[in-house]
Amino acid sequence: MVARVIPKSMRQRFPGLTTLVFCLLFCRSSFVYAQESPYIVTYDHYLEEPGSLEVEYFSTFGTQRGGNDFHAFWAEFEYGAKAWWTTEVYLAGQTTFNDSTIFTGSRWENRFRLLQREHIVNPVVYIEFENTSAADKILKEVEGHDVESDYAIPNAVLRKQHDHELEMKLLLSSTFKGWNVAVNPIVTKNLLPSEPWEFAYAIGASRPLALKASPNRCNFCRENFIAGVEMYGGLGDTQSPGLHNTSHYLAPVVAWNLPSDWTFRLSSGFGLNGNSHRLLLHWGISREFSGFGEAVRRLFGGRP
Amino acid sequence: MNAILSFTVAWFRRARSIGFASIGIVMIGTILFETPQTLGQQEKNPSTYAALAEAPEKARRRRNPFEGDTQAVAAGGKLFGQHCAECHGRKAGGARQGPSLQREEVRQAAPGALFWVLSNGVVRRGMPVWSKLPEPERWQIVAFLQSLKPQSLNPQSERPASN
Repeated sequence: MVARVIPKSMRQRFPGLTTLVFCLLFCRSSFVYAQESPYIVTYDHYLEEPGSLEVEYFSTFGTQRGGNDFHAFWAEFEYGAKAWWTTEVYLAGQTTFNDSTIFTGSRWENRFRLLQREHIVNPVVYIEFENTSAADKILKEVEGHDVESDYAIPNAVLRKQHDHELEMKLLLSSTFKGWNVAVNPIVTKNLLPSEPWEFAYAIGASRPLALKASPNRCNFCRENFIAGVEMYGGLGDTQSPGLHNTSHYLAPVVAWNLPSDWTFRLSSGFGLNGNSHRLLLHWGISREFSGFGEAVRRLFGGRP
Repeated sequence: MNAILSFTVAWFRRARSIGFASIGIVMIGTILFETPQTLGQQEKNPSTYAALAEAPEKARRRRNPFEGDTQAVAAGGKLFGQHCAECHGRKAGGARQGPSLQREEVRQAAPGALFWVLSNGVVRRGMPVWSKLPEPERWQIVAFLQSLKPQSLNPQSERPASN
């Protein structure tokens, strides 16, 4: 965004200007303690606080039978546009060992809260447009007939295939006595007319290790840790629905929300059948910048 | 159906760069042209504290399990600083995004009503749902809010919290 705000000629003449604008945006934002869920694949119904920007980095390490192991990585920029609307941009890449490191594409995700108040089950609509290559290996979700052998093909071949996909999820989530349970039915459509609709699911349950806060600021208090488990996999497609030739994972997950505004997440996904990678290790780090929207507004001369 | 999909694909290909530019435009537009009320406007607006009156009777009757617990007030203060101070000000006196919580409307509200508003948010006015905090933590915040001293009738906006 900084690059869009400052013309190229200005950036060349004043190399420090980009840094200055970056600082004005982020330094005028304040950090806020985030209570992030530990899920990597599953979504609960909580959206980003309005005006806050969450910057996240995630990695996926995957083992690969019949090919090279890989490390995929992505950055997320998640902005709370309204209390009922969160919008997010992803940029992803991957390194396949003994092969190459490549940029694999971008995604634009939007989540809309449907109901004003809390209910037993809270629905949120998720719509994402993906502009990725077939070499994308972040495995943020597993869809249709995605299986391990799809990922054994060399990057040079995979990167030639570009996918434009629309992904829709219904995020159903409930929180009771500290437990969160989330169920996400997923539908994906490659925008090529010949491609079928693909189906998938993600379910998760999690709970903070302590439900009551301690009066003092602490890093290792049990209340700062949220642990849980998630399960995700494909459900076939319109041409061939069902569980045959699909992959599934079960992943214990944990999030550590530090008072210094950082959140660490770790998820170790174990393949549940022969079509799944044996191990998918996800980890991520994030930081929330509260008041980011306000800082941008002031930068453009908005009323203080 | 195929014709529609073909058209959609062609449109997406042509509009890829336009699409990504529009992301920026939409986001910047949302940020720039949204004009939240100032603190004074918020507090003069009778609907600012109306959400407290919307709490159902059953919710309103709930008692705070931490009533009179000074440890809970301290913990609630810590949680308030972490999650609420950015909008409502470090001392809960109000800021640009959120109204003062030191007002009589809040002090005189039933603990159950405060808990209900915290749990359900006031999404239409920009307050998020806070049910992601466990129930005891929400009650700790309520204990903190009810321990606050009343604010003068002419409140001054305080700076939002920053670490």
